[in-house]
Amino acid sequence: MLVYLIRRIGQSLLVIAVMACLVFLAVYAVGDPVAILANPEASEEEMAAIASRLGLDRPIWEQFFIFIWNALQGDLGTSFVYSDPALEVILERLPATMELALVALILSILMGVPLGVIAGLKPDSFVGRTIMSTSILGFSLPNFWIGLMLILFFAVELRWLPASGRGDTVEVLGMHLSMFTWDGLRHLLLPAFTLALYKASLVIRIAQAGTREVMLQDYVRFARAKGLSSRRIVMVHVLKNMMIPVVTVLGLELGSMIAFAVVTETVFAYPGMGKLLIDSINRLDRPIIVAYLMMTVFIFVIINLVVDLLYAAIDPRVRLSEAKG
Amino acid sequence: MKKTAKSLAVASLPLAMILATPAFAEDLTIGLASEPTSIDPHFHNLGPNNQLRMHIFEGLTQSDEAQRTVPSLATEWEVVDDNTWRFELREGVTFSDGTPFDATDVVYTICRVPTVENSPSSFVGFLSGISQIEIEDPHTMIFRTDAPVPLLPTNLANVGILSAENYGGENVVFNGGACDDLGTPPQATDFDDPSVAVGTGPYVLEDFARGDAITLAANESYWGGAPTWDTVVMRPIANEGARVAALLAGDVDVIETPPIQDFDRIRQEGNQIAQGLSNRVIYLHLDQNPEEGHVPPGVEGTDGENPFTDVRVREAISKAIDRQAITDRIMGGLSVPAGDLLPYPMFGAREDTPIEGYDPDRARELLAEAGYENGFSMVLSAPNDRYMNDELIAQAVAQMLARVGVRTSVDAMTRSTFFSRRNEYAFGMWLAGWGASTGEISSPLIALVATRDPDTGMGATNRQRYSNPEIDQVVMEATQTVDPQAREALLQQAAEMAMADYATIPIHFEVTPWAFREGLSLTPRADQYTLATEVEPQS
Repeated sequence: MLVYLIRRIGQSLLVIAVMACLVFLAVYAVGDPVAILANPEASEEEMAAIASRLGLDRPIWEQFFIFIWNALQGDLGTSFVYSDPALEVILERLPATMELALVALILSILMGVPLGVIAGLKPDSFVGRTIMSTSILGFSLPNFWIGLMLILFFAVELRWLPASGRGDTVEVLGMHLSMFTWDGLRHLLLPAFTLALYKASLVIRIAQAGTREVMLQDYVRFARAKGLSSRRIVMVHVLKNMMIPVVTVLGLELGSMIAFAVVTETVFAYPGMGKLLIDSINRLDRPIIVAYLMMTVFIFVIINLVVDLLYAAIDPRVRLSEAKG
Repeated sequence: MKKTAKSLAVASLPLAMILATPAFAEDLTIGLASEPTSIDPHFHNLGPNNQLRMHIFEGLTQSDEAQRTVPSLATEWEVVDDNTWRFELREGVTFSDGTPFDATDVVYTICRVPTVENSPSSFVGFLSGISQIEIEDPHTMIFRTDAPVPLLPTNLANVGILSAENYGGENVVFNGGACDDLGTPPQATDFDDPSVAVGTGPYVLEDFARGDAITLAANESYWGGAPTWDTVVMRPIANEGARVAALLAGDVDVIETPPIQDFDRIRQEGNQIAQGLSNRVIYLHLDQNPEEGHVPPGVEGTDGENPFTDVRVREAISKAIDRQAITDRIMGGLSVPAGDLLPYPMFGAREDTPIEGYDPDRARELLAEAGYENGFSMVLSAPNDRYMNDELIAQAVAQMLARVGVRTSVDAMTRSTFFSRRNEYAFGMWLAGWGASTGEISSPLIALVATRDPDTGMGATNRQRYSNPEIDQVVMEATQTVDPQAREALLQQAAEMAMADYATIPIHFEVTPWAFREGLSLTPRADQYTLATEVEPQS
């Protein structure tokens, strides 16, 4: 196990190192930040001054080594446009995105599980078929289009909900959260729903399959023979057992929801990490782009590492086959 | 069907009542196209930052909606001699924290500007040339410069004055280079704290939630009288569709630059649109590198020659463009065909500037005279997210050029790529825009036409390598002439020479639109800034 652990950690470090090179070089190739940051009226001399202030006048390999050296000490650079450490700027936006992802997750469970169970209980009925075919729409409609339609209907036509922004926040444990204010919740609803729609379709599919499977199990038949009401059978026996795959999948999907809420946040002008990334790409704020991508890589590598180690701990065959190959 | 709609409406009524928030008439919410990066007035010299700055921090002068330099914290100024200016400061002005304003604050501000760390675009340029400052009395000061700086009052409009007392700099002494007794000047991020961001402006900072909203409160003790709005909220909504939706949904009262295709929809819902001629010209630049054997990137079929160094080719290109058609059909009236680099009546523009007529026959003749009977082919590069309809204009120009035999394809790209590549001389012909932040034609003449020279700072954006020493000389003379009338005559002369030589091919001046809800009125500004002070409730 120890050998496996060391090898697996080594692999993860290698992935992070390779990604650091790729990310840095790719972002470097995008363009010259001075051309965007400088006032158009800036003279040649001022442009050169900006480049030297930001360290952009050094050769690329030198910039790269400075970046790696600082990154090893936990410093991912200073934002060009905010003059704050890049990581700090990103973490400042983290609670907003987490909230959005969390509310979307809850919404997708609230929508997906009941619909999935209904479709699973009556797979051949009209209702069951309608649910299943509608869930295909959830997979296939583009995210930004759904967002725009929701804005058009609920914000512009009906004026029930705001079209964009984050609304009032309260400070909880040093983080600004909007989940606990009425205004904040109203702002969260549409973007969270947009983000939830795809996941809800996923949940419907898993829940439907799970329900169909569980319904055929002996313990369900036994419960029915014992004379339990079908309500109790579904609420206790079916629900409890089909939730296992749902929770597993959603746990994994939460990570991608946090990292890739980019489109939804842009459409709703929601001030999360995704919008920060887009703004930073437009302004060529390299440190933010690099820090964001590195953070994403880091999170995914860690998740994968933990999952692999857990599997290996549970199932010895994994580390044995790994040792052979 | 009707019945369902009605019952739906009745059923949803309680929900609608719960969800709707009451609107307060004395608040104003503005949807910004791009977010200021800092509250610090001297951190990043860029439109969104300067626009916000004008609410909180004032300069000695300011530019009005037509970009004339008018009094602000200075009531008047005069030229003592070519290198000396006297400014009279306004009496009875206090900063929002109660400290009085006088000449020391001006000195402190001038000393603080170069100390801003990590500034992505510095304000130092506005103060260049000032060699000595004398305080005659707390409200009279003399600026001496090394060489004549005719634009000094205009430049000072861009430098927001800070309170010396607030940052412990009340004993500051200006001595040209480094100032003495400056204390520890604040850094950009310190200004996120409203108690640090203290100015004399009509509004004070209440809250800065990066990415979400900037909240300003009225400065009740403002010297110009209490401002119209109790609270002004500025929300960055970069996506233009989302911005229009926010206006239609009633989330915001005013939005910047709504897209033309949404105008009808915006008006249908009872909103209004204001338009104002801007200081921005959309132009074409052509690689005019005269080196032997240099062929501009993307140009083919010229036997290894650079066609753009021939003035007849430049004239042909200009004559091949139907400017009125672009204004009518692509811009929907949101532009004015241009024959110069700045619209009249701004400083240095000529009242009777002729606009190049659309004349494809003459264009073909000129090309033939220049030796291109069969035309040639080239690539027109343009940004696709920087100016209004930038890519569409480029497409139209390409088609018009094709009609006279210059086979043109368009290469449009995002702004960050476009400007980087332009600065690397990667284009043969490109479309871009120039806004004259000083409100003077000297700005585009120096940037786009004057010979590129890193030593003098001239021609910084003249990436086409156009060079005409005669024009350079007139422009240089104008920048050294303090007398406004003489300077304007020189600038007009330089502009006339530049246009005759097709030094830059202007297409049109942008007209900037704003959309806002019923019951408001908005005064458009030539510098395209959106100021809460220019928005009033309609009586």
